[in-house]
Amino acid sequence: MQRVSSTADPSSDRLDAVFSALADPTRRAILARLALGEASVTELAEPFAMSQPAISRHLKVLEQAGLITTGHDAQRRPRRIEGGPMAEATRWLWDFRQFWAANFDRLDDLLMLLQAEPPTGAGGGHH
Amino acid sequence: MMRLSHTLDIQGQGDLEIVMRRQFRAPAALVYDAYTRPELLKRWFGGPPGWWMSLCEIDLRVGGAYRFGLSGPNGAAMGMSGVYKDLDRPGRLVNTERFDPPFDQTEQLITTTITEADGLAHFVAVIRYETREARDMMLGSMGAGVGPGYDRLEALLAELQGEAA
Repeated sequence: MQRVSSTADPSSDRLDAVFSALADPTRRAILARLALGEASVTELAEPFAMSQPAISRHLKVLEQAGLITTGHDAQRRPRRIEGGPMAEATRWLWDFRQFWAANFDRLDDLLMLLQAEPPTGAGGGHH
Repeated sequence: MMRLSHTLDIQGQGDLEIVMRRQFRAPAALVYDAYTRPELLKRWFGGPPGWWMSLCEIDLRVGGAYRFGLSGPNGAAMGMSGVYKDLDRPGRLVNTERFDPPFDQTEQLITTTITEADGLAHFVAVIRYETREARDMMLGSMGAGVGPGYDRLEALLAELQGEAA
């Protein structure tokens, strides 16, 4: 679906495309698979009860959002995650559970360390 | 020393909220401090592998502002900022949160409570989104990621042995 931007703001259009791309669970699953390494359309279609044309439509959305690119093997045309700053920031954002699970695991470790240390003077209130 | 694993519980609540629940084997005050003191927050707040907290400014008072910056691979950066609406150490923390552009369309209101029971700190964060769409996008994002396992027990034991030396 073609959207007309009312603000002619390329970053806003880009963001819309990214959000739109991420809003679909199949596309998120495709990104998850590509996080493990590049894959062809056939390989990507395998886990889904979905035709290759349907997968290709999803891949096009991801490509237009700048989240994946196509490798040079003309036959296989492997897709891979685009590693630019936008894609990385998006990756950060798109798994809420992983973000917090990782943070809280580290907090567990820190809390253990802090309780194992001998008591120190209280730190300053301002940094 | 074995560490009990604690599970992060995340659920939608109503149309606009996500609730996170987690237990920590620590006093509530220590968890509260880990959340509000930059020198502690920087040691655990970061996100996925390869990300770290590169900026942490906290003006810890009602009406005070905070600003966090996270840096990641390939020059990636993300930040969030907000204002403290209510503070009551160790049991309550209320703040707004807005991500930096390009994810800055909506603002969240986060109500965090920390209570102690059975020697554990019970942490509950209610994140209230401005729209159902924003909330659902966050909820929908869970489970799609595939990341490396986090086994920090070995590293932790090594660190503790170093501390004891």
